[in-house]
Amino acid sequence: MMVVNSWKRVALWCFVIFALILIIAPFIWIIGISLKYQIAIITGQFPFDVTWVNYERVLFGKSSDFLLNMFNSLVVAVISTTLVLIIATLAAYSLAWRTMSGLFKMGFLAWTLIFNIIPPITLVGPWYVIFSDLGLYNTLTALVMTHIVINLPMAIWLMMTAFGTIPRDLESAAIMDGCRRTTAFRLVLLPLVKPGMIAAGLLAFVFSWSEFGIALNLTAKETMTIPVAIASYAGQYEINHGEMAAAAVLSSLPAILLMFLGQKFIVRGLTAGSVK
Amino acid sequence: MKNFTVKKLPSLERLWEFIDSHFIFVAILPAVIIFLLFTIYPAIELVLMSGSSITFENAELIREPALEKNIVKFLDDWIFRKALVNTLIFVLLSTSIEMLFGFGLALAVNELVRGRGIVRTTMLLPILIPPVAIGSIWRLMYNSEFGVINAFLELFGIPAQQFLGSTSTALLSVVVVDIWHWTPLVFLILLAGLEALPEEVMEASSIDGATYNQKLRFIIIPLMWPALIVAFMFRSIVAFKVFDQIFLLTSGGPGTSTEVISLYVYKVFFQQNQLGYGALLALITIGIICSYLAVFAIAQRKFTGAK
Repeated sequence: MMVVNSWKRVALWCFVIFALILIIAPFIWIIGISLKYQIAIITGQFPFDVTWVNYERVLFGKSSDFLLNMFNSLVVAVISTTLVLIIATLAAYSLAWRTMSGLFKMGFLAWTLIFNIIPPITLVGPWYVIFSDLGLYNTLTALVMTHIVINLPMAIWLMMTAFGTIPRDLESAAIMDGCRRTTAFRLVLLPLVKPGMIAAGLLAFVFSWSEFGIALNLTAKETMTIPVAIASYAGQYEINHGEMAAAAVLSSLPAILLMFLGQKFIVRGLTAGSVK
Repeated sequence: MKNFTVKKLPSLERLWEFIDSHFIFVAILPAVIIFLLFTIYPAIELVLMSGSSITFENAELIREPALEKNIVKFLDDWIFRKALVNTLIFVLLSTSIEMLFGFGLALAVNELVRGRGIVRTTMLLPILIPPVAIGSIWRLMYNSEFGVINAFLELFGIPAQQFLGSTSTALLSVVVVDIWHWTPLVFLILLAGLEALPEEVMEASSIDGATYNQKLRFIIIPLMWPALIVAFMFRSIVAFKVFDQIFLLTSGGPGTSTEVISLYVYKVFFQQNQLGYGALLALITIGIICSYLAVFAIAQRKFTGAK
């Protein structure tokens, strides 16, 4: 560690704290707006009378389906995350450890990469056509499928990194001891890649919960997810700013929860691969 | 007798036996099937769609060949060109400013002995909350009646601005939101890179009496170069996809001043219901981003090869 004199350290901290305030301030402000009456918002009243009316209207209002939207989002996020984890962990095991035909492996990984860089909206058109053909338009099934696809590359890459850190001898030792390959996978390897699975799972959940571009075009009223519902608030002719703010805050709650509970895993997941 | 019992293995057991001996293929099969069904097949569908015009009649899709028509339409499509230019401006501006701020902040935080944990946690906030919520938040912040940004400017005697409503400031305002949204990710990636730098080198240079600027120039930046390149590439690719926030903030307006590629492709697909022409635009978009990546990769190889 280098020696930094105290003045420099104070300046450093001021800079960092300033940056932190810039990051948090919009969120604090929006919480404030969500607790105000419409009239107090427009007049910029401060200090203001706290009200929960915006939250009540968003959650339980007659014209609001927010609870249904929340349920849809939760169902899609939980199912797609579970499936992504299973599929990606298996695939990563196969890709990271088994010596397959090099061409297949390279082609597969290259495809995940290419698929990851193209804007998802470009594939939403064909998805819409395909799911309409299958009669799956406006179903949660279609949304779950697409969310699996968009999260799969990220999960596979993270899980490959996770498998890369385990010594291979562990598996051969287990098999030598009479374990089946599948049993060895389940009992010996899975516990070791758990941190990777948590990281991939948390990210997949957050991405699915926040995903907007696909849900916007594959869902309608009954299957609408939270982000689509929020966008429809903003699109209304007469915008109720307080409710818009309350909806934004509510939609961010899972993210904030994860931020405190799973930050280590999330930071690892977000920065993995870039360091190497 | 023994042979007999083996043959009579229950089928479930036999299935396990099969999975066990072919686990390497079985394990990757689900992923391959998913990709074939939901990416390769749609990609083929996209190519087919781009050469046709698709209409709905009694909830049934009707396709007619219209490749020539679509191409003629594309050559005439000034909105697409405008959207491309806007996207490029957006990507370049936001990515380079995010790199600058993110690297600066990472360098500063890397000097802190304590408190890194809380900085990291806080920085996750914009990354994790839904982009749509970020769009709503900033739309309210930019509001000309009660938005906090105008209230702040008023303190300095600057009159209220229509940030999102004026053609001269709309694109810049959207860039500002993106900088707020993604600088933290660049920061996290680069901080992880800085923390992974070999400590001996840093210590040795301190002992040799190198000033901080010298260290930055001759040690940190050269060693960080790969991480910086990766972060830049990653950020520019994600910035190219931008859709959610702009949809919420301006929907491409006023006029076409914040029209970006993803938004325009969406509009052609689903607002103008031109699935065929939209597919052509989508293919061209994919071509553009792939060639960007190829050029970047070649340039990087040449650059590092020459060193």
